Amino acid sequence: MDWLTNWGNKLYETFIVDDRYVTLISGLEKTLIITVGALIIGVIIGTIVAVIKVLTEGKKYWGILNTLCNIYLTVIRGTPVVVQLLISFFIIFISAKDGTWVATITFGVNSGAYVAEIIRSGIMSIDKGQTEAGRSLGLSQFQTMKEIIMPQAFKNILPAIGNEMIALLKETSVAGYVAVVDLTKAGNQIKNTTYDQVNPILLVALVYLVLVIIMTKLLSVMERRLRRSDIR
Amino acid sequence: MIFVENLEKKFGDLEVLKGINEHISVGEVIAVIGPSGSGKSTFLRCLNLLEEPTGGTITIDGEEITSGKININRIREKMGMVFQQFNLFPHLSVLDNITLSPIKVKKMKKEEAVKLAYSLLEKVGLRDKADAYPAQLSGGQKQRIAIARALAMNPEIMLFDEPTSALDPEMVGEVLDVMKSLAKEGMTMVVVTHEMGFAREVADRVLFMDEGIIAESGTPEQIFANPQNPRTQSFLSKVL
Repeated sequence: MDWLTNWGNKLYETFIVDDRYVTLISGLEKTLIITVGALIIGVIIGTIVAVIKVLTEGKKYWGILNTLCNIYLTVIRGTPVVVQLLISFFIIFISAKDGTWVATITFGVNSGAYVAEIIRSGIMSIDKGQTEAGRSLGLSQFQTMKEIIMPQAFKNILPAIGNEMIALLKETSVAGYVAVVDLTKAGNQIKNTTYDQVNPILLVALVYLVLVIIMTKLLSVMERRLRRSDIR
Repeated sequence: MIFVENLEKKFGDLEVLKGINEHISVGEVIAVIGPSGSGKSTFLRCLNLLEEPTGGTITIDGEEITSGKININRIREKMGMVFQQFNLFPHLSVLDNITLSPIKVKKMKKEEAVKLAYSLLEKVGLRDKADAYPAQLSGGQKQRIAIARALAMNPEIMLFDEPTSALDPEMVGEVLDVMKSLAKEGMTMVVVTHEMGFAREVADRVLFMDEGIIAESGTPEQIFANPQNPRTQSFLSKVL
């Protein structure tokens, strides 16, 4: 049982001495803030872009909006998120002192492009008859989208959105590039001060894993609720 | 009530409607019959602009709906439509399916809309299904709910696009019964159908469409007992 005592001592030295665990907790906090903030921004942008793309498809006068959306999707999906983060921090928001909100916006705008395509695929998956039924009842195009198409599309894309949420959480680990001390960066800092090359990294990995497991559970609960109307 | 003049519809190079002229008056029940691909459904869908005509005019209650200047949502409120594939909203309960557009479009109060929904469910014989979801219903029940949903907007005209074609044979009767009682109440109806029995029994007038035109029109007696056009004769000899 010697190794267990040794390991215990090592953990104590690495995390408890000098209250180093506090860095980790504040790092976790940053990671969560960036993830949740980016998620909200991403879903808002994604929904707007998806709806614009679906409604303006093949229409003469609104073609410019469609083109703008396509440019956004191409640029965002065509460059690495780390590079986007560097562009945000060192070119666009050059006077920003705190990297957290720069990172939040950047990840949000990035995620929006992926969410947009997920939502668009959800909208396309709904039978055309649903739109026709809505329109024939006198609902406007917008009302049909909001009351009939979106709720059904959302149910179909929930697994894909969940996937995107999980990917986003893990992607935020590169926020350290722009001087944000997120969970990963905090772990790295502790590693550098204590010369403990094992435990900080493993603990960080464990925390991400637990977060993802919690998210997965929440998503499956939501999915089950939304499936209520499928009961035969 | 509905004047159709020289109505044309092309999908690319394909000419589906080649100049339809027709006048439908208040309270008339019109059955549209004909071989598949003859343009029956396209004609019906042009009446509430689910398909945009490429030529000709449609005038409803004195308003030219094909002019591009009118608010089509307002016109559609006056016209209920029932689809072959029912097109109920699967994420909403039966009650919500029916009350959705009275509440959203007519700004009816929720209690009022629910009361209306129950009276319509009574009419189609499905009062006990108010809280069910569409997936729990049989085809015939779905179609009766779809009719109730269209009636909730208190339309002046009801359009039926092959309402019984997707149903199992034993469920056709229950849907036709609801349609018959509607016809008796004096509803203006345009019914695209393959149910010749229904056309003969309920319709005031039968339109036979073939290759994008109305090849023959007349009372059920004329069309079924004494068809003049050889194409009508050949079609009826195959289906009767």
